[in-house]
Amino acid sequence: MSRLDATSRIDRGTDLRFTFDGKDYLGHPGDTLASALLANGVHQVATSIRFGRPRGIMAAGVEDANALVQVEAPFSEPMLTATTIELYDGLVARGLSGQGRLAAEPDPARYDAIHAHCDVLVVGAGPSGLVAALTAARSGARVVLVDDQPEAGGSLLGSAEQLDGVPATTWVSATVAELAASPEVRVLQRTTAFGYYDDGFVLALEKRTDHLGAAAPAGVSRQRVWRIRAKQVVIATGAHERPVIFADNDRPGIMLASAARTYLHRYAVLAGREVVVFTTNDSAYAAATDLADAGAEVTVVDARPEISPYWAAECARRGIAVRPATVVIGTSGNGRVTSAHVVTAVDGSSGPRQGIGCDLLLVSGGWNPAVHLYSQARGTLRYDAKLGAFVPASELLDVRAAGSARGAFTLAACLAEGRLAAQDALTALGIAPGDVPLPGTPEQPEEVPGHVLWSVPDHREDNAPCSSFVDLQRDATVADVLRATGSGMTSVEHVKRYTTIGTAHDQGKTSGVITSGIVADALGVDIASLGTTTFRPPYTSVSFAALAGRDRGQIFDPVRVTAIHPWHVKHGALFENVGQWKRPWYYPQRDASGSFEDLETAVLRECRAAREGVALMDASTLGKINVQGADAGEFLDRLYTNIMSTLKPGFIRYGVMCGMDGMILDDGTVTRVSETEFLLTTTTGNAAKILEWMEEFAQTEWPELRVSLTSVTEHWVTVPLVGPRSREVLASLAPDLDVSNEGFGFMTWRDAEVAGIPARICRISFSGELAYEINVSAWDGLALWETVIEHGTPYGITPYGTEAMHVLRAEKGYPIIGQDTDGTVTPQDLGMSWVVSKKKVDFIGKRSHARAENNRPDRKQLVGLLPVDPTKLLAEGAQLLASADVPEPPVPMLGHVTSSYRSAALNRTFALALVRAGRDRLGETLYAWQDGELLAVTVADSVLYDKEGARRDG
Amino acid sequence: MVDTTTRRSPLAGQAPALAGLPISARELPFLTQLNLRADPDGPAAASIGRALGGTLPVVPSTASRFGEVDVLWLGPDEWLLLAPSGQEEALAATVRRAIGEADGAVTDVSAQRTAVALTGPRVREVLARGCSIDLHPKAAPAGSCVQTLLAQTGVTILVRDETSSDFLLLVRSSFAEYFAAWLIDACAELGE
Amino acid sequence: MLLIPCPWCGPRDETEFHYGGQAHVAYPGNPAALSDEEWARYLFFRDNPKGAFAERWNHSAGCRRWFNAVRDTADNEIRAVYRTGEPRPVTA
Repeated sequence: MSRLDATSRIDRGTDLRFTFDGKDYLGHPGDTLASALLANGVHQVATSIRFGRPRGIMAAGVEDANALVQVEAPFSEPMLTATTIELYDGLVARGLSGQGRLAAEPDPARYDAIHAHCDVLVVGAGPSGLVAALTAARSGARVVLVDDQPEAGGSLLGSAEQLDGVPATTWVSATVAELAASPEVRVLQRTTAFGYYDDGFVLALEKRTDHLGAAAPAGVSRQRVWRIRAKQVVIATGAHERPVIFADNDRPGIMLASAARTYLHRYAVLAGREVVVFTTNDSAYAAATDLADAGAEVTVVDARPEISPYWAAECARRGIAVRPATVVIGTSGNGRVTSAHVVTAVDGSSGPRQGIGCDLLLVSGGWNPAVHLYSQARGTLRYDAKLGAFVPASELLDVRAAGSARGAFTLAACLAEGRLAAQDALTALGIAPGDVPLPGTPEQPEEVPGHVLWSVPDHREDNAPCSSFVDLQRDATVADVLRATGSGMTSVEHVKRYTTIGTAHDQGKTSGVITSGIVADALGVDIASLGTTTFRPPYTSVSFAALAGRDRGQIFDPVRVTAIHPWHVKHGALFENVGQWKRPWYYPQRDASGSFEDLETAVLRECRAAREGVALMDASTLGKINVQGADAGEFLDRLYTNIMSTLKPGFIRYGVMCGMDGMILDDGTVTRVSETEFLLTTTTGNAAKILEWMEEFAQTEWPELRVSLTSVTEHWVTVPLVGPRSREVLASLAPDLDVSNEGFGFMTWRDAEVAGIPARICRISFSGELAYEINVSAWDGLALWETVIEHGTPYGITPYGTEAMHVLRAEKGYPIIGQDTDGTVTPQDLGMSWVVSKKKVDFIGKRSHARAENNRPDRKQLVGLLPVDPTKLLAEGAQLLASADVPEPPVPMLGHVTSSYRSAALNRTFALALVRAGRDRLGETLYAWQDGELLAVTVADSVLYDKEGARRDG
Repeated sequence: MVDTTTRRSPLAGQAPALAGLPISARELPFLTQLNLRADPDGPAAASIGRALGGTLPVVPSTASRFGEVDVLWLGPDEWLLLAPSGQEEALAATVRRAIGEADGAVTDVSAQRTAVALTGPRVREVLARGCSIDLHPKAAPAGSCVQTLLAQTGVTILVRDETSSDFLLLVRSSFAEYFAAWLIDACAELGE
Repeated sequence: MLLIPCPWCGPRDETEFHYGGQAHVAYPGNPAALSDEEWARYLFFRDNPKGAFAERWNHSAGCRRWFNAVRDTADNEIRAVYRTGEPRPVTA
């Protein structure tokens, strides 16, 4: 066992049982999986993805590039880092070789999201972040503090630092208590700010119940995405220690120096007994002395010729051997490291290779400030040659870095920077910063500058493949980097993609800057100008489940329904999605044998009812826009291709709108309510788009027109009553209304009570049959529908859905915008020149209609198609060929089928199609290519039923 | 006489589910809602204000209340008049009279949206799950009225009383079922 | 998530807005008088600067007003917003 009796942040009073790679172990609350494994003497946790090399735990936090595990229970989850999994009772995990396995069953956990707003967002609850949050809190500002650890304190949790002469954790506790008691402060632990997305918008992932395992309460979301909008952001995200690359640097037992110190202080785990510390800077000496104090036998290998007198003395006092001007050039071990191979520079040349026995090799190549969020916030970075790292360099208006994240590495500096950043943020907000005295810090020894060392050359003389790993997770080596630069790559972004360095779960937190360094050295350029790869979000892995949140299942996307929807459901309608709407597709009835009709049978029946008896449908989804104002007519004249201003109150006109390019945008009816009021309809899917389009012209191009637009789509329920017997049904519903053709003509409207409900009835038809479109308040919609059916039952009234509606209109050659058109079709292409005014000086699209391209005789035109075999149904989208003799590719295509149905009225199949010069081909035989065969079709007029329009008046 | 007993409001089917929530959520069906358009500086706006007993609110994202009528700012020349049930014709007539020959438009949109009253100390937390607007009492005091998105539907949020957390939401009728489903889901954790 | 300052409603999340392309491209007074090329230029040609760009936006989920914004296409900063009909303000 490697667990010590020393004070730590774990709760020894409680045992947690867990299983790793099939073996059972014990740990404690406060442990991570990594610390618990190390406490149990387990160093090897994974194998590498390409070479199958044993891999261990190299860090104590999110930067670990090695220790990937698959959690198997309580719920399977792949590719988590052992260093970030809080231990819980019943955890079952196993080490991975690079790739995990997604659960086969749905994740039962709940994931959600919430918005938050604050004056100051502080990211990181280490010394800088805590002071920043406290400074902001005392000013009365609204503060959010997020921190990825279970408890605040940051680096103070893993060190033996003192503040005001007592352990720093005492100050942390007092600060946290004050923040918790501040009403306008929200502290979120276990919460990682994973991305900065413009204008102070930060996404953070809170892991709320992960640490509870199977004991997580049901109903509490497991993870929550915080969508934080902050006026000011203080980034106090600390720094990641950087390794130095050397041969065989990937063995279990090779670890970042600060990680070993964290395991010691925070988890009371002594990660090794015989320890070699390889460093290029002073920071690793704290690890060396602390581990020695805990009982380890320590040797320090320092790349620098000059050693800090302070640390030399501290080491001497503990019997720690210090070897200056020495580097690790390799390791040996069977699995875990057993020896560090070192060479000492003597008079400028390398001395002999020596082995130092060890079970733990600690490495420190300096520190990389965690500048990810800062960089995402468009903060520029500057290479600091002293640190060998990139540090924040911008003066941003609303984002500030503080502490180690800004390259400050003494405790006193971190505290002071946290306070200053918060003060600056508050000042920027016009809030007077309160006074926050900083706790006293022990005097710092004078620092000897660190030595920037990216990698130690591989001294081996054999031809073994390079084993100096830059990115351990990707098994990418120094040789891979040099192969990239040798191939002519000069950008780190290219090298990243070529070598895959930095593309694993850790996103290159320990390997990125080193790669820049190696590339710079190889190319002989300055790393400062070479730069780093882009720090893209997310900072740490975020599951898709968390990002999806509650937008799943029933509320994945809004389902829009009409007021009559409950009736449709109750009566077995099958639904079609039209935009976000659910529209009845058809209403299958039970046949004689008791089974339900299929689509074809039901639609033939519904169509027959509309053509021969009476039928009704729910057309409430049509977009409806109320247009009012003295200039409403003029306004509509400019938007529709035909003239609307001449329409008289009481009348209705069909209209088409085109885009500037002359292509059909939408169609619908325009009802003139009064001199100054029109009501127009749009297609279901275009309602919002058309309103916005019209508003754009009203507000920006023609503000002088006195016109206002109001959506009334959902105020009205619209029920077309269709068929030769519709007049009789309406007469029974509205006894006071003159329903005769003379008294209530085609394309007019009347206000009347229908079954006692105030209604507006429009004599329009989308089927060619006699039809009345009844509009009532949506509140009365269901009652209207039920009453119409009641009155229509003696006439065999039949509800019909969108499929029958499509067939009925297609038989009449009425196009559906968006089905028979695709944004490249003019009204003239549809054979609807009659809807395009020749009199108007201008309307939207008119100028484009005059373009030569839009007047070519060989444009695709809407025509009907009759399959020679009247039982064959053409596939919508089928391409049309001129000849059954298919030439060598490219085969000239004449057009395609846009709509295709079986027709009860025609007693055959038919289709609409866009065909090159289609109207000149009436009677020609073309061939539709579908399912590997050519079907002969005859080109016909697009109006296949009742071309003379005899049926519309009943 | 028009029979109103057969009317059905968009959330009629959701009433029991809403009643069971840990916040108070109640549909206020069949409210009178009129969309009003007028030049805020023109004669119609002034006249309408007088007819209603005040001045039409011109500060964006606010609402004023005159007697039983809430006047919600929807845009620089657009308001929503919200009144008790059954006043569509009378209120429209009042406003049309006030407009007279001036430029202005009134549209009955009573069934276009439905109203839901949300009350309780945790309403803000629930709304925050789908709404990006800062509803902190200091940021959104009583009389605030924002048109925004709630989850994936448009919504108008009227803050009736910030201290007692009394909100009125208007949601498009076709989205009402989605809104209810979202609200019920968003409240799921509050009961814990 | 941009925070776009609607000139009426104030700053709102970008999801409340719809984009309307380049601003100040006026509909020609007499389209019929334009040659095909001039019309095509009006119809299809827009600026694509790196830097300040005046654009139309619609606060579609809010007050439904169209307005103009000067956005820096290089860093997405919105340098100014102004109401329809107002001249483009001078921005840095």
